[in-house]
Amino acid sequence: MSSNKTTELENVVVRFSGDSGDGMQLTGTLFSNLSAILGNEISTFPDFPSEIRAPQGTLGGVSGFQVHLGAAKIYTPGDDADVLVAMNPAALKVNAKGVKKGGVLIFDEDSFRKSDMEKAGFKTENPFEELNLSETIQLIPAPLSSLTQSSLEGFEMDAKSILRSKNMFALGLICWLFNRPVDQAVHFLENKFAKKKSILEANIKVLTDGYNYGGNLHLSVNTYKIEKSHDVPQGKYTSINGNKATAWGLIAASKKAGLELFLGSYPITPATDIMQELALRKDLGVKVIQAEDEIAGITTALGASFAGALAATSTSGPGLALKSEAIGLAVMAELPVVIVDVMRGGPSTGLPTKTEQTDLLQALYGRNGESPAVVIAASTPADSFHYAFMASKIALEHMTPVILLTDAFIGNGTSLWKLPKLAELPEIKPNKAQPGMEGLNVTARNEETKARYWSIPGIEGFNHRNGGLEKDYTTGAISTDPMNHQKMVDTRQAKVDYISNVIPELVVEGDASADLLVIGWGTTHGHLMTAVNALNKKGKKVALANFNYINPLPKNTEEIIKRYKKVIVCELNNGQFATYLRSKVPGEYLQYNKVQGQPFTVSELESHFETIL
Amino acid sequence: METKSIQYTLKDFKSDQAVRWCPGCGDYAVLNTMQKVMAEMGVAPHNTAVISGIGCSSRLPYYISGYGFHSIHGRGAAVATGVKVANPALTVWQITGDGDCLAIGGNHFIHSVRRNIDINVLLFNNQIYGLTKGQYSPTTKKGYVTKSSPFGTVERPFRPAELTFGAGGTFFGRVLDVDLKSSHKTMIAAAKHKGTSIVETLVNCVIFNDGAHSFLSEKATRYDRVIILEHGKPMIFGVNGDKGLVLDGFNLKVVTIGENGITENDILVHDAKCQDATLQLKLALMEGPEFPVALGVIRDVEAESYDEAVVNQIHEIQAKSKIKTFDDLIDSCEQWEM
Repeated sequence: MSSNKTTELENVVVRFSGDSGDGMQLTGTLFSNLSAILGNEISTFPDFPSEIRAPQGTLGGVSGFQVHLGAAKIYTPGDDADVLVAMNPAALKVNAKGVKKGGVLIFDEDSFRKSDMEKAGFKTENPFEELNLSETIQLIPAPLSSLTQSSLEGFEMDAKSILRSKNMFALGLICWLFNRPVDQAVHFLENKFAKKKSILEANIKVLTDGYNYGGNLHLSVNTYKIEKSHDVPQGKYTSINGNKATAWGLIAASKKAGLELFLGSYPITPATDIMQELALRKDLGVKVIQAEDEIAGITTALGASFAGALAATSTSGPGLALKSEAIGLAVMAELPVVIVDVMRGGPSTGLPTKTEQTDLLQALYGRNGESPAVVIAASTPADSFHYAFMASKIALEHMTPVILLTDAFIGNGTSLWKLPKLAELPEIKPNKAQPGMEGLNVTARNEETKARYWSIPGIEGFNHRNGGLEKDYTTGAISTDPMNHQKMVDTRQAKVDYISNVIPELVVEGDASADLLVIGWGTTHGHLMTAVNALNKKGKKVALANFNYINPLPKNTEEIIKRYKKVIVCELNNGQFATYLRSKVPGEYLQYNKVQGQPFTVSELESHFETIL
Repeated sequence: METKSIQYTLKDFKSDQAVRWCPGCGDYAVLNTMQKVMAEMGVAPHNTAVISGIGCSSRLPYYISGYGFHSIHGRGAAVATGVKVANPALTVWQITGDGDCLAIGGNHFIHSVRRNIDINVLLFNNQIYGLTKGQYSPTTKKGYVTKSSPFGTVERPFRPAELTFGAGGTFFGRVLDVDLKSSHKTMIAAAKHKGTSIVETLVNCVIFNDGAHSFLSEKATRYDRVIILEHGKPMIFGVNGDKGLVLDGFNLKVVTIGENGITENDILVHDAKCQDATLQLKLALMEGPEFPVALGVIRDVEAESYDEAVVNQIHEIQAKSKIKTFDDLIDSCEQWEM
């Protein structure tokens, strides 16, 4: 073992970076999962290019995976890294700015040849000086490529496959750096490569050699130790990404409602994983159509909804645009459907793999006519499960389309998830027409909630014709009567407004007696909470209200906002939620906006809040 | 499921809504035949779903008792696909027009045919946009003057049969609004066919494209200009029943029985069940005046339907998988105590 010092840390941020073919996503996932098993809180954020394989060694091809782990409650994948792993000069160049002072850089010496530096656009032969890093961070050069080659000497593998294993060497080294045994990583590898024994053996060998290499390093590098988390409620946990959690939330809702789950969807980054996850679940009877286009994604779902299924479609911004007309049909036909929008950078094709909150106004208003739909937003990878479940519950009980907003940040990112049991989840009672109601009209509704009764083909006595034309309030026949149209428009609005009675009230976190109320919605919760907590620790009076229910707003929204002298709305767009809030709760709102395809950083929020306090 | 012991009549499939097409519109005849066919097929109205998009013909679901969904322009095929996959026990009809089906809904059309979803599609082809008052459609003949082509269209039209065959269609039939007997027979076959049944119904728009099919429909000459194909029967046509089709090399040729030594035995026999669609396509694309236009069931071959395949795959996986419930799914993930 090394004789170096071991430092205890509350939390640490590690960033793995390399070419998109270097296996950084896998390495990062393995490290975060094994840390979670050892009792840490985790939050991860993969950051990859939209090109599948950009030219090797170029800036455009750099793929990163950041993991934040710790003993204390963690809300974000962290701002700057304590440890950066750079598999080549391009990875170093892209990520150099995001390393803390005094941080550690582990890099593959073998990939820092002159030609590699040129590809990454370095002008001198010392990239560290060129990036002003020499003084500020600790360098751990390791010839990862050649060490991997010698590690696998005698293995019957081609040169390419051998080199591809160097990510495991890096993982071993990181495990050493954090005093984590490699057993858990071995266990994960055994599961992943159960059917490929030779690859498994090679990976384990390289991983172990990487770990031992660290131990034999006689460098003045500190190793770290992170205690088990003490903030997590007891129970069984896994780590889950937002897209999988969303898919599973839909499945749970269908089981709870006693309905078949149907998904009509079309591949689109960064939402495709939802469809893929559901396509796997034939064992649970999930029906998935990979449709011919985005429009067919939602219109097949509407057909399934008409036929009595829990119907959903998953997409991202450009796909939501294509689905607008059909969402309008769902509003008009008063059919339940869940539309998941995993937001990405826009407009148009925009930044397909990057994160933004720029679809909010599209979700709220992007349709012809007076077309109210429920809009809700998830905050974390893990709570995407809850909000997908609630989106389904609201759709089925209130007979309305529900748009669930998540984004690339939480869709691809992971967090700890306390495993639920179906029995513990809330009941879902679809607003179905009941026996004894035979002969009711297509517009017949529950007079309190205004939810239309759902009568399902195949059942005698409920024959009806639905559609996108305006219908008579009483008879359900098509109608262009002026007063009737007004009444129907008002009824559909009242139905959505009523939902404010069944959603939870807005919660204020942080110092409730604050001078400044920070407002966010959806996925910015983690960064805002961390910044607010840090300021509270410094004695600053700041509070946070983060919205998950957006249309309708929680009932106590106005009351809470009016309590505070100063309110700032922070979002990853140019002020869409602020605009919406001004229309619902008029008043003065400050704004903090960022549209860079990246999440907030805690430090930028903290320093901004300090300037306005 | 309903048994055939319950006898339905046309009336059982009439809704309480008054039909509001223009007087003389060809759609009336098709609606009437469709209701007759539905009664004869013996599927209860509540097990029937009629789905449409937008256009004159797409109003049809309002006129049929049972479950109906009048959706949005072009999307009927996708909606119908969702209905059938969600509940394969339903009998699903899709009503569409030449604009709805082949312009705005072209993508959904070819993909529903490709998948072979078990729906019965009535494609009302009047070669014009009626509801928007007279613009040319994807089936309007080249050069035709309409409100949006005041100097004649410069576009080549689609031939619905060619699209259907190109997409791997398993059923294609054609009917003429005024020819009730063959319409009835063809729609019965379409209803019985498992998979996507495309029935091109040549209908007359009295207001914006009157007489588009009059060359075929005129009573006196109709049977010289159309041929009603029936599986297993010789391809004989003509007012006097003396004309027939033979092969001449790779091409079809019209001959007269009794002339040049031609006898009934020389005439081709129609094989709608033949998997190879080459001859069926040639028949479907015949045009006047050189050839008769083919009506009836042109292609009707067996293949697994999409909805059936979806259900079969689910059953297959369910039999193998250890995950039977949601809680099993949760148990299956990598987990640890904290």
